[in-house]
Amino acid sequence: MSMQPFTAVNGRAAPFLRANVDTDVIIRIERLTSLQKDQLGPFALEAVRFRADGSEDPDCVFNQPTFRGAPFVLAGPNFGCGSSREGAVWALQGLGIRSVIAPSYGDIFYSNCFQNGVLPIRLPLAQIEALAAQCADGAPITVDLEKKTIVAPDGTSIAFAIDPLRREALLHGLDDIGLTLKDDALIRAWQAKDRSARPWAWPAPRT
Amino acid sequence: MGRTLFDRIWDAHVVRELGAGWSLLHVDRHLLHDLSGGPALAELAGRGLPVHDPALVAATPDHAVSSRPGRDGTTYVPGGKLWAALRDRSAAAGVRLYDVGQPGQGIVHVMGPELGIVLPGLTVVCGDSHTCTNGGVGALAFGVGSSESTHALATQTLRLQRPKTMRIRCDGVLGAGVTAKDLALHIIGRLGAAAGTGYAIEYAGSAVQALEVEARLTLCNLTVELGARFGMVAPDEKTIAWLRGRPQAPQGDAFEKAAAHWRTLQSDADTVFDREETIDAGAVVPTMTWGTSPEHAIAVDARIPDPASAASADDRDAWTAALAYMGLEGGAPLAGTPVDWVFIGSCTNSRLSDLRAAAAIARGRHVAPNVTAWVVPGSENVKRAAEAEGLHTVFENAGFAWREPGCSMCVAANGEQVPPKARCVSTSNRNFVGRQGPQARTHLASPAMAVAAAVTGRITDVRTLVATS
Repeated sequence: MSMQPFTAVNGRAAPFLRANVDTDVIIRIERLTSLQKDQLGPFALEAVRFRADGSEDPDCVFNQPTFRGAPFVLAGPNFGCGSSREGAVWALQGLGIRSVIAPSYGDIFYSNCFQNGVLPIRLPLAQIEALAAQCADGAPITVDLEKKTIVAPDGTSIAFAIDPLRREALLHGLDDIGLTLKDDALIRAWQAKDRSARPWAWPAPRT
Repeated sequence: MGRTLFDRIWDAHVVRELGAGWSLLHVDRHLLHDLSGGPALAELAGRGLPVHDPALVAATPDHAVSSRPGRDGTTYVPGGKLWAALRDRSAAAGVRLYDVGQPGQGIVHVMGPELGIVLPGLTVVCGDSHTCTNGGVGALAFGVGSSESTHALATQTLRLQRPKTMRIRCDGVLGAGVTAKDLALHIIGRLGAAAGTGYAIEYAGSAVQALEVEARLTLCNLTVELGARFGMVAPDEKTIAWLRGRPQAPQGDAFEKAAAHWRTLQSDADTVFDREETIDAGAVVPTMTWGTSPEHAIAVDARIPDPASAASADDRDAWTAALAYMGLEGGAPLAGTPVDWVFIGSCTNSRLSDLRAAAAIARGRHVAPNVTAWVVPGSENVKRAAEAEGLHTVFENAGFAWREPGCSMCVAANGEQVPPKARCVSTSNRNFVGRQGPQARTHLASPAMAVAAAVTGRITDVRTLVATS
C-alpha cells in the first residue's frame, strides 16, 4: 500500500461537468472481478468513452487529442457517488488522473482518493465552469497542494480548502496503517476496558 | 445541549482523538464479502500483518456467486477465484466464513443482522457502500473502500473525520400499498442524491417508529443513495424483540443487559442537528424511478419529467441523457410502460417480509408473457424460511424463477445481467447506467410494485391490483 505523494502537478484539465457520475460508470464491476488494480485504466469510464460497438467515441472529452492523458478532471456535483469500490480511483489513476476538481463528492470515493494519492478538490460550480472555459483549448493549470492553490491559465490563483490532516498525509505519502499501529497499546487498552463495560458486545468464544 | 444517537455511539468508540475533528474509532464488527474481502485479506497478508481481532470479523460470499438453482461457489467461473480466495484466506486468518449452501450465507447486509452479528450500538464496517443498511437496528454502520477495510483488519480501528448530523423526521401514516422502499425513494426524489453528503442521517418520527425492523433496514439501505455514508434508526422494543434469540446475539442474562443499554440509545429531546428535514409520510404514494439516478424518483401515477420544463440547463441535459438511455419520453405517463424483466432481491428488499409482500400480490396471478421474473432470497435462512411457508410455490406457480441467495442481478458481477436495452423493474437500490448490465434500463420499486409489473407486463400502480383482488 505505497501511496504516491502529491505536491504540485501541472497539466491539462478535461471538462466533464455532468452531475452524479457514479462509481459504476467510472469502473464496471465485472472489470473488478477479473482484472488487477493496475489493469483498470483502459476500462475507466467505458460507458462514456466507448460506443456500444466497442469503438472509441471521438466526441468524448477523454478521447479528444487535447485531453487524452490529462492529469485533471473538472467534474460536476456528487462525483463518485454510489458504490464503495476503490477500483474507481484505481481506474482514474490508470487513465492518468492525479486530481479531480468538483463541487462535491460521494463520501466513500472522497476518502478512497486520499488512500491512493489522488487529490479531490472542492470548488464552487461557477469557479469550475470558469476554469473549464479557460482550459477548453488544452491550456494547462497547476495544482499546488503545498500552497493550496490552483493557478489558472490566465495566471490567477484560486485558493482551495482542504483538511490539514489529509493534506499532510498526501504531501508525504503517509501510510495510515503504520501510523495507527503506533497506537496499538491504546487500542488494546480500549478493548480491555470495553470488554468489561460492554461484555455483550464481544462475541462468545466459538464452540 | 443533548447528544444525538450518532454522537452517543461515536463518542463511546473513540480510542484517541487525532485532532482537527478526526478520531481513531474502534470497529466492533467487520464483515467481508467475496468481492472486497478476499483482496483486503490478501493485502494484509502481503504486508505481513495478522488480522487484529478475527473474532470480530465474519465473511460470506454474495457478490460474485451465481444464484442459479444447484449452484456452488464456482458456478460463475470468474467469481470462483474470488470465492476460493475468501474461503482460503478467511480460514488462514481464523475468520468465520458462512459459505455457499450453509445457514448464515447470504447478502452481507441481510445475514449480518439476521444472525445477530450486527447489534444496536455497535460500530460496523464492510467494504460495501450499503453497509448503512445495518443502521436499521441502531448500529453505526458504514461502507469503506479496500484500503480502509485493510486498515480495519490490521488495527480494528479506522481514522475518521466526524460527519455532520441530519435528522429526517417522517410523521404520518403510510397508506395501503406504500412501503419503506417508497418512502426512501420519495425522500431521495425530494432531497436529491447528494443531499446527505458529509452527514450521518437519523430517521425519526411516527412513520419510522411504526416501521417493522426489516422495513427500517430497507429505509437505511438507501441512505447512501441520498449521498450519506451513515443512516440509522434508534433501537426500540421492536428492535429488541427482533434480535432476541438470534444465534450470534448475546443470550440469556447477557441479552437483557444489552437490551437495557440499547434502550438508552436515543437522541436527546433537546438535541440540535446540523440539518433537519421533514417528510409527510401520509402523502407518499407508490414511487418508482424513471431515470439513471435514484433521485429520478416520481409517483407511479405521475408523468415522466419533461426536460423542457427543467429548472436549470444542467438538469435539462441530465434528464435528456437519462431519457435517451432509458428509452422514454419526457411528459409521458410512467405507468403503462412495458417491461421485460422483473428482479426481486438485493440487500434492499430480499428479506422474509419482502418476499411475503411480493407473494401476496403474486398469489393467484401469473407473470405476463414476454416478462422474465426472478426472486432471489437475501440469505440461505430467508430462503429456507420462505420455503417452509410455501412462498417458493406461490412464486413458481405464478411463473417466477426461485433462486439461490446472493446479490445476483442488483450488481451484475456474477454473470446475471439484464440484457442490453431491456427494461427491468427491480427492488434493488441503483438505477445507474450499466448497473444491471451494459445498456440495461432499471426502474427501482418496492417488491409489491415489482410483482405488479411482472403480472401486468407494464409499470402498474399496485394499488389498482389490490383494490380488485
